[in-house]
Amino acid sequence: MALLSRSSKPRWFQLAAVIALAFVFLFPLWQITLEAAQFPGGLQMHIWINKISGSDKHIVKNINILNHYIGMQAIHPESIPELRYFPKVAAALITLGLLGIWINKTWYYGAWFMLLLVLGGLGIYDFYLWLYDYGHNLDPKAPIEVPGMTYMPPLLGEKDLLNFYVKSYPHVGGIALGLAGFLGFMAAWFRWKITR
Amino acid sequence: MRTNLLRTASFAAGLIVSLYGCGGSDTGQLMEGDAAQQAYVAPGEYDEFYAFLSGGYSGQITAYGLPSGRLLKEIPVFSQYPENGYGYSEETKPMFNTSYGFVPWDDSHHIELSQTEGEFDGRWLFVNGNNTPRIARIDLKTFETVEILEIPDVAGLHCAPFITENSEYLVSGTRFSVPIPQKDVPIDTYKENFKGLINYVTVDPEHGHMDLAFQIEMPGFNYDLARNGKAASHGWSFLTTYNSEQEHSLLEVNASQKDKDLMAVVNWKKAEEYLEQGKFTERETSYFHNLMDEGSGVVKSTERSLTRILDPKECPDMVYFIPVPKSPHGCDVDPTGEYIVGNGKLSADMSVYSFSKIMKAIEEENFDGEFDGIPIINYEAALHGIVEKPGLGPLHTEFDGRGNAYTTFFISSEVVKWDVESKEILDRQPTFYSPGHLVIPGGETRNPDGKYLVAMNKITKDRYLPTGPELAHSAQLFDISGDKMKLILDFPTKAEPHYAQAIAADKIQPNSVKFFDIEANTHPHVTMGESKSRVERDGKDVHVYMTAIRSHLAPDNIEGIQTGDKVYFHLTNLEQDWDVPHGLAIQGATNAEILVMPGQTRTLLWEPKRQGVFAFYCTDFCSALHQEMSGYVRVSPEGSDVPLKWGLNEALHSGE
Repeated sequence: MALLSRSSKPRWFQLAAVIALAFVFLFPLWQITLEAAQFPGGLQMHIWINKISGSDKHIVKNINILNHYIGMQAIHPESIPELRYFPKVAAALITLGLLGIWINKTWYYGAWFMLLLVLGGLGIYDFYLWLYDYGHNLDPKAPIEVPGMTYMPPLLGEKDLLNFYVKSYPHVGGIALGLAGFLGFMAAWFRWKITR
Repeated sequence: MRTNLLRTASFAAGLIVSLYGCGGSDTGQLMEGDAAQQAYVAPGEYDEFYAFLSGGYSGQITAYGLPSGRLLKEIPVFSQYPENGYGYSEETKPMFNTSYGFVPWDDSHHIELSQTEGEFDGRWLFVNGNNTPRIARIDLKTFETVEILEIPDVAGLHCAPFITENSEYLVSGTRFSVPIPQKDVPIDTYKENFKGLINYVTVDPEHGHMDLAFQIEMPGFNYDLARNGKAASHGWSFLTTYNSEQEHSLLEVNASQKDKDLMAVVNWKKAEEYLEQGKFTERETSYFHNLMDEGSGVVKSTERSLTRILDPKECPDMVYFIPVPKSPHGCDVDPTGEYIVGNGKLSADMSVYSFSKIMKAIEEENFDGEFDGIPIINYEAALHGIVEKPGLGPLHTEFDGRGNAYTTFFISSEVVKWDVESKEILDRQPTFYSPGHLVIPGGETRNPDGKYLVAMNKITKDRYLPTGPELAHSAQLFDISGDKMKLILDFPTKAEPHYAQAIAADKIQPNSVKFFDIEANTHPHVTMGESKSRVERDGKDVHVYMTAIRSHLAPDNIEGIQTGDKVYFHLTNLEQDWDVPHGLAIQGATNAEILVMPGQTRTLLWEPKRQGVFAFYCTDFCSALHQEMSGYVRVSPEGSDVPLKWGLNEALHSGE
């Protein structure tokens, strides 16, 4: 930090925030792991900003096969609109973030941070809604019906769902997104300290 | 947990010892306390080696884990296998085509793993069919038989398929000499009319495809077993023969008269030169080559009609003979390639030859006459030495890479360990009973893994709980890492293993295919997705393009089939996950079921003879709803106007 002059600090932090944000294009945001005896190593589903993948290329298909027994809807990544417009939102945020380095004003850094916070929060809420929908909106003709049972995976944490033990945690992209928020806040903070 | 398991194991071991102590088999051997632990592979853990045992009269191969002796799989090769539809499905039926027609059984004897630079490379497995002379190739990525090549004009392809150290050739010889080419002659004209053939089959280094390169016409003996040279002796083949008396009746007496029979020594590099020079004759014949296409899994059968024959009389320096004591059952080459052990099965002693002495005798023309123009090398000049009184009935020798040889003795029922250089006997252990062959992992290669030895016995009698007159054969596993061989496991085997190969698991395990990529499926009748499932009529032939995925078949209701139709169920397994096969069986089918691996397409032919509604179902317990995975097909009388319609959970339709 000693290398950074007091006046250039906000810009460096803002740059770091933008770089961290760019990680959402390189790594999954979230990872949901399903563990059961017959699936050595577990089934890992990776939720990216623009796609859903997993520990092998057939993971979504194989999870859908398992889920149809309990009436959960099939996951069709191509029909999830968020996977199409979230990348655009992230790209816009990156552009606005870079613009901030040039503008270098407390209000701008602050606004960018708040925008990131709000959009990130909305993103997580949206994710929660999808999980809730998948877990609760069950086909009444499902072959296996367990009275009172719903199958919503945890947003964060671990849970028993019938024969599966489900773990849900942020992946590298999700952590980087959080880091981007922190760095953006720090940029605003340091900029504010200069003017104070 | 681990300690508890070990404790249980050692308790079990102790129990075995005390049971042996309490009688049972008189010939039971006291197992040392930790023997059971040595063969114990804990639940969830893997064996160190794969062992592939031939099935003899079953025509198949079995894969076992060592040291546990656990049966991993039976690989169908030369016999139809209703268990998975091999040889019954339309795709695999052509695998059994021969010049004699469809032959659904054979007698599989000798297994060879592919080699690179004198070591097992874990790519392919080869095995002979004895009765209808054939060689099969098994792909070790899938453990499936993918190719069978018939060998023309020979009888009883027992002496096969012995591999060279870079898998250049599979060498084989005829067990029974016969008129070549076949002709209608009196049997007692054996000496003038009967011939032998030594066959060289090439293995394509990239794909493993087999091709008959040439055949060497030989005197009419019984060619029994062979080995190829390695390292120093690479480029040479050694084949033992019996019945050099050339008798044709009561062989047990008449073919056992001579004190010595002859071992053929073939310089195949020389044979290649003669082939290049065009010193062969071409002969019209008929033999079949059956090859499975990798993308579609469909076997294509091709008849071939020409073979190239080399005659030793016209090709000097290509073939020699060396005398071997009485009716040898094979010869084995040590890891250095220098020593060749002749297993004279009716002899009291064993002859060990030296490759460098053989070369010297050839160079100095130290011959004792000739047979049919083939020089006979002087026995003493080629001899490294004699292993005196090792036991009775030596059959097969393998090596541990530490200078020791291990030989099975059928008559005295034991395995004997001896020093190759000094010919000194080091240890002997009884087997139960009368071993034929034995196997040490890599025991025939340049670099054996001399940790275990499996003796495969011909006689079982009281070893296990009785199962009526027909018993499983027994095998015994010895730990050979120490000075003395130690019996650590006794296990029953399937059918009659004659020969085996064992290989470190890590040469095969990482390449094992979990399922077939459906995108790469090029089967002409594949159904790429449930929405494309359909039924098509072409005259009397009806093609059902059916898919399987947990837990339904599509379509599962079919109408418009008529008696006298030939209905082809082309079942594509749409799964893309490990260990989710689906099967198909239908009432009234007179063949078998089919098992279809994920990503694969297999076809079952059904010829309905009666009208009515017939059920079909998945035969592999695939899921919790497996029992529901079924359907109906309605059969109407021939010429009926019931339209061809099908569906899955919908009104039946005709595809429009």
